[in-house]
This record gives sequence, structure tokens and C-alpha cells, in this order.
Amino acid sequence: MDEKNPAAHLDLRGVVCPINFVKTKLKLEEMDTGQVLEVIIDAGEPIANVPRSIKEEGHKIIKVDKVEGHFRLLIEKVG
Amino acid sequence: MALTNEQIERYSRQIILPNVGGKGQDKILKAKALIIGTGGLGAPCGFYLAAAGVGKIGLVDSDKVELNNLQRQILHITADIGLPKTESGKKRLAALNPEVEVITYPIRLDSTNIMEIIKDYDVVVDGSDNFPTRYLVNDACVITKKPLIHAGIFRYDGQAMAILPGQGPCYRCLFPEPPPIGAVPSCQEGGILGAVAGVLGVLQANEVLKFILGIGEMLVGRLLIFNALDSTFRIVKVPRDKDCLVCSEHPQISKLIDYQEFCSLKVKKDCYIKKIA
Repeated sequence: MDEKNPAAHLDLRGVVCPINFVKTKLKLEEMDTGQVLEVIIDAGEPIANVPRSIKEEGHKIIKVDKVEGHFRLLIEKVG
Repeated sequence: MALTNEQIERYSRQIILPNVGGKGQDKILKAKALIIGTGGLGAPCGFYLAAAGVGKIGLVDSDKVELNNLQRQILHITADIGLPKTESGKKRLAALNPEVEVITYPIRLDSTNIMEIIKDYDVVVDGSDNFPTRYLVNDACVITKKPLIHAGIFRYDGQAMAILPGQGPCYRCLFPEPPPIGAVPSCQEGGILGAVAGVLGVLQANEVLKFILGIGEMLVGRLLIFNALDSTFRIVKVPRDKDCLVCSEHPQISKLIDYQEFCSLKVKKDCYIKKIA
């Protein structure tokens, strides 16, 4: 696990629910356990839904930062 | 194979599901399902399989669309009357999902052609409307160890069972031989509520998708019985018949049989509950 250097990035600004989560899920599927994915999502519905759905899939949200009106998530792939 | 943005959008609501995801969707896109009969069962089943993205769908039907089909055979519309059902079925599935490859077989299955057709598919759906075809399909699937999703409908009732040869009972374990002539009412006497056909056809699609995805518990050794008037589902356990004519260790049937069509009223080709399924 490397918070400083995520193994993959997804810029999902402007991508609505639930496609933002679907794309996050698909990206995590391709990754190895323990790797970190950085995802940028919009405020509002996305930040309310996406982290919860990711947790329901069993992955770990390491960090949530607010950056210029968007949110940056660091997700550790579990399983 | 990476999914395109359009595929991600189209299939998003099932990719989201636990146990599906991109890998599951990929399995669906690569799957090949053969639907025998594009009538009351095959039509709704085909619709859902095409919608889910099943990569290759075979449609077998020798009939043409008739006005009296449209009450339940939702693949076909009024403007299709007179067209081969495989053709209108292909047109409708392609309109729903152009990604799906639809192969048409506008023929009647018999012992001489069924093996050549089913060999190209991962799973077979029996949506046939007559006993000769039903037994032929069962025997061919057992002999070639091809998964088969059975369903039958009559009036307000329906039943469904998944047949995984070698793992559970086959149709002959349940009913060893076709019923004697006169034992079952014919089409015109019987009737069918269109929605009952829909329920069972969709259950077949559900079993196919579970098989493709390798999730859940299929209806293997379990006959699901639906009654529309009571709105009840019952499960009846079906054991393997150790003396089954086709799937036991000492089968008496090793060659496919072409049973004659028959009717309770008169022995006439194409009469037997033909209009029901």
C-alpha cells in the first residue's frame, strides 16, 4: 500500500451516479490486493454514494480530501 | 477484454451487482445460449438474455408469426404476422441490443439435426411447445452433457427445472416417457395466460444467467412450480432416477428418438398443444 504513489488514477469529475461507482469498481477489479486507487469525484450525490458503495464491496477508503470543490478518494483494494 | 464506455453504461446496473462486475459481464458477453422455440417461453427469455448482453443467441423455430401468438409471444409484433418467428425474433433482439449475435434456425428439430445445432452453445433453453421436441432436446442435452433449462406452461400453471447432466436429474427422471395419447388436453382446450408464460420464460433466463455467472443455486433437482391464481411458487425435490432411460449409468436410450406428434382429439401433425408455448 502506497498512499503517496497510487497505482492507478481515475478522474470521474462530471461522471454521474452510478457510472462513477461502476468505473471505480471495474478499475479495482483489474488491480492487485493492497494497491491504492486515486479517484476524483464530484461533490453532492457522488461523494454521498460512491464511498459507501466502495465500502460495501469490501474495499477500504484510506483518505478523503476536498480539492477545489471536488473530492479525492484514496481506496485500498481489499480481497 | 476491456468494456467500452457504452457497454459500461448499458450494463451498469448488473455490473454493479456483487458477484457480477466486469468479469461477470465479460462471461455474459462471451456466452452462447440456444433458445428452442421463440414462443411464450422463448420470447421473454430471449429478450432478457439479449438485454443482459449474452454474446450469441440461437433461435430455433419453424413457425410463422400468427395473430393468436401475440397475446404472449412478446418478441413478435402485429406487423410481423406471416414472418418466420426466427426472423422477427432476430429483428427484435437486434433492435434491443445490436451487440448480440443472433443465429436463426427456421427448422423443426429432429434426431438428424439437433446435435449439429446444440454443439455450438454453452446452454440450451427449452421453450418448445410439444413433447416430441421436449424429449428430443432432453436426450440430446444429456447425451452431450449440455446444460438445459426446462420449463413448461399450461393454463395458469408453469414449472421450471435446470438440468445439468451428470449432476442432477433430467426430464426423463421426472417423466420417463411422453404421456399417452389423450392424457393431456390439447391446445385449443388448454389455453394459457400470457403473463404465466412470461413468468416462466423469465425464470429460464434467470437460470441461464446464473449458470453463465456461476452464482447462486440453480434449479438442479428442484422443480419450481408456479400457480398464477394463487400467486404461489412451490419447490418439489426431484431425485435422479437410477434407472433413468437416458441419464442413468445403464441407459436404455443411446440414440435420439423422433416421437410422433399427437393430439388428445385427433392424431394430426402439429396439433398437440402447439399453440400453447
